[in-house]
Amino acid sequence: MGERMLVQGNEAVGWGALNAGCDGFFGYPITPQNEIPEWFSRELPKRGKVFVQSQSETGAIMMLYGGAAAGFRVMTSTSSPGWGLMQEGMSHLAAAELPCVIVLVQRGGPGQGSVRHAQMDYLCVTRSGGGGGYKNISLAPASVQEIHDLIQLAFYLADKHCNPVVVLSDGILGLIAETLEAKTIDFGPLPEKDWAVRGRDRQRDGKRRFIHSYPSGAPPRGGYANYVSWLEHMGKKYQEMADSELRYETYHSEDAALLLVAYGYVARVCKEAINTARAEGLKVGLLRPITLWPFPYQVIRDKVDLGCRFLVVEDSLGQMVEDVRIAVQGRAEVHFLGLLSRHLPTDGGMILPGRVLEEIRRLS
Amino acid sequence: MKRESMVKVKIPAPARTIIMPLPGCPGCQHPTIGRIIAEVLEEMDLDGKAIEVTGIGCNSAVAMLNVDVLLGSHGGAPDMATAIKRLSPGAFVFTVQGDGDCIAIGAGSFIGALTRGEMITIIMCNNANYGTTGGQLAPTTLISQITTTTPSGRDAIMEGYPVHTAELASTFRGVAYSARGALSTPANYQRTKRYIKTAFQKQVDQVGLSFVEILSACPANWHLSPVESLRWIEERMIPEFTLGEFKNVDLVG
Repeated sequence: MGERMLVQGNEAVGWGALNAGCDGFFGYPITPQNEIPEWFSRELPKRGKVFVQSQSETGAIMMLYGGAAAGFRVMTSTSSPGWGLMQEGMSHLAAAELPCVIVLVQRGGPGQGSVRHAQMDYLCVTRSGGGGGYKNISLAPASVQEIHDLIQLAFYLADKHCNPVVVLSDGILGLIAETLEAKTIDFGPLPEKDWAVRGRDRQRDGKRRFIHSYPSGAPPRGGYANYVSWLEHMGKKYQEMADSELRYETYHSEDAALLLVAYGYVARVCKEAINTARAEGLKVGLLRPITLWPFPYQVIRDKVDLGCRFLVVEDSLGQMVEDVRIAVQGRAEVHFLGLLSRHLPTDGGMILPGRVLEEIRRLS
Repeated sequence: MKRESMVKVKIPAPARTIIMPLPGCPGCQHPTIGRIIAEVLEEMDLDGKAIEVTGIGCNSAVAMLNVDVLLGSHGGAPDMATAIKRLSPGAFVFTVQGDGDCIAIGAGSFIGALTRGEMITIIMCNNANYGTTGGQLAPTTLISQITTTTPSGRDAIMEGYPVHTAELASTFRGVAYSARGALSTPANYQRTKRYIKTAFQKQVDQVGLSFVEILSACPANWHLSPVESLRWIEERMIPEFTLGEFKNVDLVG
């Protein structure tokens, strides 16, 4: 039994990182995630760990490149405009096969957009935001507890696959306060990071380590015969990640004729709407992808075979709906309820349960 | 001097740190910079705990030293070195960067590290152009110098003036040491080696950030012979980029 406390989602990032044994946090202020670097600046130094406020998000991701290469558990957090600045570094980290965790607290875009919640970064998170078509596991929590738990999972998966892992939060999840049970989750053993740069004398074999983001290096991180054999290795790794790391939650989905698909804060809105709809006798359920990449394509295909129809609810102009359409392949109706259905036309507007319920009734 | 009295002495390369030839075009001085770094690392017995971060460009020739190396990004080396040093304070952490890497694309990273006074050493090779990409305008390109993107020569009205990085670095309160050296004569070679040694010592003594800029010949892109390139450094570069130490303190602040 861990410590129980009332904390904000952004603070839960910190507790999750601490329980994962995070060694260092590097970040730059941007709303609505400022509570995260502020938390780390308070809590890490007194535990002998490292906090650095970088001069930019470009700098923060490069600090992760250094810290991860030295074999440490390192992370950063940002919001949407900062995410854009980090993409060159993301591509380097993926190519150099370095484990690290990036928390993205989504705000409204594009451009300056708004400093409030939204779900408008799905595509650039799941589709290789930087150049080169790499893949990164993307975890989407829907509660304060789940933020804490998925941060720990993110560190584990990053180390397991030697790859950056993204945790996709948003302005609502970051700022709501809920009860958190903070405790370390044991995911099992991990291989030693014998590839890390530590100084030649600290290497067990006394040989130098050479880390880089191009294919012609020395083993164990390289030694590929040519460019294509390097990419072949990367492709296999991405396939292994896709095959082994799919996670999702279903809610009243067994007999559902209409399946809602939603992630993050909107998934909770959908659950409330489903509870009311179920009380009215409507056969409606929810699929909540926890990994946005890999995406539960097959789960959706199986539902298509059972005659299901789909309603994607997403606080954007439509991004995840593209993945649902890919899964469905035109064999079932895919409806979309998005940002234009917010209860207010401002950046503070939300897709509320009543609006989702209205759509469920209309489609049932 | 009579010919027979001249003795040709070949000083062997530092054996622990140089185990393969450092690559470079004919007359390029980046491998020479790597050689000096290797000599100093071994003389100070730092090679075993050294972690080198290089930029992207010709400077990555120095990544072939037999020390742990992170061949970084274009401009981000000071950020990477920052994180490594903070997480492993016992390691000896230095960057080797080109002028474009350090003070053009990586200016934010460089200034950030100077501002925080990171306990790292930054070595910047200044060859007055972008070598790897074929000789374009760099922040250090001299006035009237012809490059592939200043075909009529650098025009101060259009492209501004050469940046004086070592002088700039010396103005930051967290910086312990800043110097500029050249390799154009044996005397300059020895002075530059002393600058690097002093810079490394500042990190060992945990005084503050140390910086050394080194003027480096680029015959291939200057379209000069190696010997003409050394003369060009003496006659054109050194008048613009004054050699010497700009800051040397034992306590920063």
